Amino acid sequence: MIRLVTDDLRPPGDPPKRHLLSVADLTRDDVERLLGTARTFAGSLERHVKKLPTLKGHLIVNLFYESSTRTSSSFELAAKRLSADTLTVKSTGSSVEKGESLKDTALTLGAYDPDVIVIRHPHIGAPQLVARATDAHVVNAGDGKHQHPTQALLDLYTLREELGRLDGLHVAIVGDVLHSRVARSLLQAFALVGIRATLVGPPALLPRELPAETSTDIEAIRDADVVYVLRMQNERMEAGANFVPSLREYAARWGITPERLQPGQKVMHPGPMNRGVEIDPRVADSPESLITTQVRSGLVVRMAVLYDVLTGGPVGVQALTAAEVA
Amino acid sequence: MLWQKDLPAANLVVRGARVLDPVEGIDARLEVRIDGGTIAEVAEKVDANEHRVVEADGLVLAPAFVDPHVHLRTPGRDDEETVASGTAAAAAGGYCAILAMPNTDPVVDSAATLGALVESARRDAAVPTGFLAAITRGQRGEELTEMGELAETGAVAFSDDGVPVASAGLMRRALQYASTTGRPLALHCEEPTLSHGGHVHEGRVAAELGFAGYPSVAESVAVERDLALAGYERGRVHVLHLSAAESVDALRRAREAGVVASGEATPHHLVLTDDAVRSLDPNVKMNPPLRAEQDRLALLEALRDGTIEAVATDHAPHAVHEKEVPFEAAPFGVTGLETAFAALYTHLVKPGLLPLETLLERMSAGPARIFGLDRPRVATGARANLVLLDLGSEWTVGEQPFRSRSRNSWLLGSTVTGAVRMTLAGGVVVHE
Repeated sequence: MIRLVTDDLRPPGDPPKRHLLSVADLTRDDVERLLGTARTFAGSLERHVKKLPTLKGHLIVNLFYESSTRTSSSFELAAKRLSADTLTVKSTGSSVEKGESLKDTALTLGAYDPDVIVIRHPHIGAPQLVARATDAHVVNAGDGKHQHPTQALLDLYTLREELGRLDGLHVAIVGDVLHSRVARSLLQAFALVGIRATLVGPPALLPRELPAETSTDIEAIRDADVVYVLRMQNERMEAGANFVPSLREYAARWGITPERLQPGQKVMHPGPMNRGVEIDPRVADSPESLITTQVRSGLVVRMAVLYDVLTGGPVGVQALTAAEVA
Repeated sequence: MLWQKDLPAANLVVRGARVLDPVEGIDARLEVRIDGGTIAEVAEKVDANEHRVVEADGLVLAPAFVDPHVHLRTPGRDDEETVASGTAAAAAGGYCAILAMPNTDPVVDSAATLGALVESARRDAAVPTGFLAAITRGQRGEELTEMGELAETGAVAFSDDGVPVASAGLMRRALQYASTTGRPLALHCEEPTLSHGGHVHEGRVAAELGFAGYPSVAESVAVERDLALAGYERGRVHVLHLSAAESVDALRRAREAGVVASGEATPHHLVLTDDAVRSLDPNVKMNPPLRAEQDRLALLEALRDGTIEAVATDHAPHAVHEKEVPFEAAPFGVTGLETAFAALYTHLVKPGLLPLETLLERMSAGPARIFGLDRPRVATGARANLVLLDLGSEWTVGEQPFRSRSRNSWLLGSTVTGAVRMTLAGGVVVHE
């Protein structure tokens, strides 16, 4: 109703920067362009020399306020494969531990004129704050329970590579939707590309009023092409929260076991897994599991995202093979 | 019960204004003469008596506003607000009286702390200022404050605003004991085990953005509980910052059943919904949170029909650096004294959703009645508590510096209609 204008940290007159803050900001065309670029990079990674000179001379800062293996390593490797300089700052061991505010940390890192700041933070909207406080292009690597847009993009990439299409697929998302930024980004991404989503889990972990079909019955995964298993966030299951009576009971009623899967159903998981809780180890290690494919997709999709925010256009296969491959 | 610093009483004549006092039944082009701070004559033509003449053609002269819910942050956070800065903000917003909440550091839970505040109001308050004292010591919800002595020292009412009185048994004791002081209890209704960790109304916006939800029922079960206790103990209660349709419904039913209960709504809950949270702007974070459109409409309907008798700003200043953080890390609260009338005039009166007369009553006579304060009015013999409003003037919030020490306004940068040209409070010109 009211346009709230509080962007007063931003210097006036600057042209808008390209950021990747939320899947909600993307169009279907953006998604197609990013997935196409990622595929081009995947081709380049099959060459003997895997490094491209594309982002030579650019500085990419990885600012991580939460622990991460997949996301931080793939962003760092993506930047290096594109010949960018990288600088990784983690909250532990930095001035964050001395109580420095996010704004001040952003201003400090911004003084090095980074081209991209990749940020993971436990609070919703932290990437937006960094985008206002600095001149860098900002990529959201996960903000609280809000968004994890590169995860959603790498999942779309994985689905298309493995199943050959996106439109018309049916994916069941199972588990702790309430605390999952992955689920929130996926729902928006699925809506963009025409994937039907069903949310399945215990009632207290399925937020009301999300725009998707929901069911508390694990039987609801039956018709899905893909079962997307979310991590049970043990750290949020503190005693007394009573989201579920116990992890044992959760595993018994909603855990993904070979017996619960239909023949041909594929299984995905954003990691890290709690084997034996939300996913049976036999499922995790089965041929139906796309989990390591997701990790491989993460590298090329993050290369595509870094390339895209900095150049703003699709990468031409022609140009890449002719001029850029060293 | 209200204190103001010594200032020269006004001698002036206001000429040409549309005089509008809905309670007195006045709506006419009249002249008003004020002698020594008291309204001496209201007529079509008054003698200037060599007083200063304020030419007010095209303006509205109305009873000035009363804000029953202000956080002056004194003692403890003088960097965010002081008695001087908060009352200057009130004067600029057209207020002739404000009541300050006791959730300061230390909490206003003893006659000594309250006495010191009264002294500072006598020294620094531009507009008459009153104080609420806490219901429980340290607002810890364990032991009652010495309400008798606090009332004698000047407490207008009792409130643990900011923290709910979690125990029903203690609330009952508070109702019983407060009745001996003749002062109402002003209640922050929140069931903490339901709001636990919530930042945003539990609805579609919170679900989509990933915020921990603070459901409407966290407020309404506490409202229901406290109204039931008030009915049983025949106590007097005022429900602070109503936000949910279910709470409004509970208040309406209780009043119909004869419970002595009143309620207030804030400009932000009357204008915004949780959709505003999509901006992730910490200046739309408050407790209770912005709710759904159906809640906003229920508040508006209750304001119209008088179930909600008062508009209150819940003016809650916060330091800039505390709000320049991600939404979840930011403290609850927004400022409101300098923008309340313009916000409601722009978003409710101008579009035809609320009559101007009703807004003026709910911002002045309504809150005065609830807390037993003199009703600001346009009448011969009354102290001059008047506001001169320019209903045609557009301005941009934040373009001029705020009088408040803080600038965490939800209206920052937006253009509003309706400006306060002059405020008389306690017979003194406090703003023009």
